[in-house]
Amino acid sequence: MSTSPRWDESEIIEFVSLVAGGQSYCLEITQIREIRRWSSVTPLPYSERSVLGVMNLRGAVIPIIDLSEKLSLGPTDPTERHVIIVVANKDRTIGLLVDSVSEILTVKGEAIRETPNVKGESSIKAISGLLSIEEEMSRVIDLGALLPGHQDEAA
Amino acid sequence: MSESLRDMFFAECEDLLDALSEGLARMGEGTQDGETVNAIFRAVHSIKGAAGAFGLEAIVGFAHSYETVLDRVRSGELEPDAETLRTIIRSSDVLSDLVDAARNDRDDTPEAMGPLLEALTALSAASAHAAPARPAGEAAVFEPMAAMPIAILPIEGQEARFAIDFTPERSLFDNGHDPARLLKALGALGRLDLLCDTAAIPVLGTFDPEEPFLSWRMVLEGDIAEGEIRNVFSFVEGLCRLSVIRLDDDAPAPFDVCAEAPRIAAEEAKPDPVPVPPMPGPDDPGEPGATAARSTPSASAPPPSAAPPAGANSAARPTLRVDPERVDRLINTVGELIINQAVISQRLAALGAEPNSEIMGDLDDYRHLARDIQEGVMAIRAQPVKPLFQRMGRIIREASEALGKDVVMVTEGEGTEVDKTVVERLADPLTHMVRNAVDHGIESIADRRAAGKPDQGTVRLLAAHRSGHVHIEISDDGGGLHRERIFQTAVDKGLIPPDAKLTESEIDNLLFLPGFSTASKISKLSGRGVGMDVVKTAITSLGGRVTIASRPGAGSTFSITLPLTLAVLDGMIVTVAGQTMVLPLHSILETIRPNTRDVRPLGAEGHVLSIRGSYVPIISLAHVLGLSDEPFDPQSCIFVLIRTEGSSPVSLAVDSISDQRQVVIKSLEGNYGTIPGISAATILGDGKIALIVDTDTVVVLAAQNPSIQMFRNKDESHEHLAALG
Repeated sequence: MSTSPRWDESEIIEFVSLVAGGQSYCLEITQIREIRRWSSVTPLPYSERSVLGVMNLRGAVIPIIDLSEKLSLGPTDPTERHVIIVVANKDRTIGLLVDSVSEILTVKGEAIRETPNVKGESSIKAISGLLSIEEEMSRVIDLGALLPGHQDEAA
Repeated sequence: MSESLRDMFFAECEDLLDALSEGLARMGEGTQDGETVNAIFRAVHSIKGAAGAFGLEAIVGFAHSYETVLDRVRSGELEPDAETLRTIIRSSDVLSDLVDAARNDRDDTPEAMGPLLEALTALSAASAHAAPARPAGEAAVFEPMAAMPIAILPIEGQEARFAIDFTPERSLFDNGHDPARLLKALGALGRLDLLCDTAAIPVLGTFDPEEPFLSWRMVLEGDIAEGEIRNVFSFVEGLCRLSVIRLDDDAPAPFDVCAEAPRIAAEEAKPDPVPVPPMPGPDDPGEPGATAARSTPSASAPPPSAAPPAGANSAARPTLRVDPERVDRLINTVGELIINQAVISQRLAALGAEPNSEIMGDLDDYRHLARDIQEGVMAIRAQPVKPLFQRMGRIIREASEALGKDVVMVTEGEGTEVDKTVVERLADPLTHMVRNAVDHGIESIADRRAAGKPDQGTVRLLAAHRSGHVHIEISDDGGGLHRERIFQTAVDKGLIPPDAKLTESEIDNLLFLPGFSTASKISKLSGRGVGMDVVKTAITSLGGRVTIASRPGAGSTFSITLPLTLAVLDGMIVTVAGQTMVLPLHSILETIRPNTRDVRPLGAEGHVLSIRGSYVPIISLAHVLGLSDEPFDPQSCIFVLIRTEGSSPVSLAVDSISDQRQVVIKSLEGNYGTIPGISAATILGDGKIALIVDTDTVVVLAAQNPSIQMFRNKDESHEHLAALG
């Protein structure tokens, strides 16, 4: 299995690992603005199933997306124990609903494996690499692919 | 060249072009004075100078020809007649086009530039002294200003003497100029005798170190033209008082340099820097010798700055250039403050604080202060509509020229201030309406004569604040709307049935229907495939309304009413399927709690509401927005009658109405995207987000799918809407 071409082999990257839809994922720490507890949202009409609604983040209106649903792992039933990861993607700020946040991982670029092609799985387009953590596999989320630009989503 | 410098240059250019068109407008009205022409000249000159620094040769070349002509007007050599004035005004349009092209990195030249350059050259060549205008693009390198060819060249071998009086004003120093440099430059032109007048320096006790007190009287002798001298001072025009008088050969010097003290003479050949203090400072309140020159205590001699500044009427008020984003952040924060106040108020009430207790009183003060801050911040974003109106002046000029009509623009209330975004987004619809007014409104000269009207048509632009709104009117004194033709066109295009009975205003409003274009022959000007419906959409998207009034033979008036700001909105707070939502107040006609028998089913699933003898369709907001999967029960609803794009009102069914108040608009587009039926969001007193309903699109959504109100299944409705696309 080859190294993911996205990162240099010697580059040191920090990830935050999280659980969504029962699977382990991780996000580059530089993309994360803050992590907060779930609070109820205002649903939006005509939104994708994965868009739970909008919430007030100190005066900014940010959409909250159910990461599990977005990755086709089924809807999450949000409770007090769920967590929202506020991420910045290009010029937009978005909240991702996840089951839990685990830890911060520091890895070298060479440790990130390329995502193999799995037939019939469209959601893996949003996974830019794979990481092994203590016998477990964590999937690196590509925010750009997961949350495309305005045009794609407004439709 | 760095981007930020470039940006600054274009921002400067915009200001200068504004000043230019303002001055030209005044010239056009015939209300100019000497300073107006000076201001115009300065604007063009500064654009040329700055453009040169950026190597924008097309601008430099054109501005140079332009400035040459303006300089002749300024010096009184050229008396501008109507034709010259037109050339001058059209040149400002071309100059602004050139700046625009440079900003967008295009190097195409405006069509009108060639003929205008010729006209300008002709105007500048009319005098024997005139320097040949440089063709555009020839100026390969920018030359420093002092070396620029100027309008009046020295006449060979002729010695001339000039008396020069130069009194810098405070603004000269504020702008970083140094008189010593200017004097040195003068000294380089010829033999300079110079006297520094220190009479204005006050006694030390009243001395203000920031005020200038010195002035200079000079006699300059040599092979010099007056223009060369003026050129030295070209960058401090308006910042000083300057007089340059040519002396006859045997006329006595206006002062005897040798007799007065202190004598500061420039050396004959290559003078050293003139030894005068560049600026009176606290550490050199004038040389000791200066006191001798003072005959009376200075208390009686007013300091130069006390005199009215030369360019008082045109000198720009000091303004602050601020990144709009910073202001927006401030507006957001103030919005938060107001929401925060509402939260505290609710919390206190929940804790059992009496409404007239001290703490509630204090909180009320807090609210007033927050509102004051909000108003103040909003005022930062407010801009006068003047530049917008001036742009319309250009549109009218071009349109009337293209159509061979004589149209003059009259403006009123151009100082009216409107939110910056509103001003920006009004430009397109206004352009369209003004073009229409010239094209379709004003008749041809022959028709006007036949109707007993003056040849010159008038388009009036009016702006005013009326009851918390901005009111803008575009009226013409043309032929008015041809109602029969409008009606016929609408019938021909299948927009209305041929037997429709419409009132006059309903016919007028047909203009706003999509796919309507009245011009029987598509003219080059207005027939650009966009109709008045685009105008209406643009104005509606600003939360405004547009109406028409027209009298046959006397002209038409288009009235636009806009909210003062886009940051807040007067809204009605309603509950829809358990969600709090906001309906914009400007679209609400009335609210109705109906009797059971007022709601009648129509068709399998539809309902109508009977009000005062007419039937109004009912739209369930919850169902249109896909928020409810319960069957629609009209009996438990309250109805809000709203006006719509079309003529007949519609009633929206909501669960309850809780309040009516101002809400701060938060865009959803930045982080999410557009949502059908929703225009924006707001944050309520409890920190929760409420969506603001876009009533017009709700009506459209419901009309596209009449059965929508009865969807039982949320997902099904989603699929339907996806299909609607």
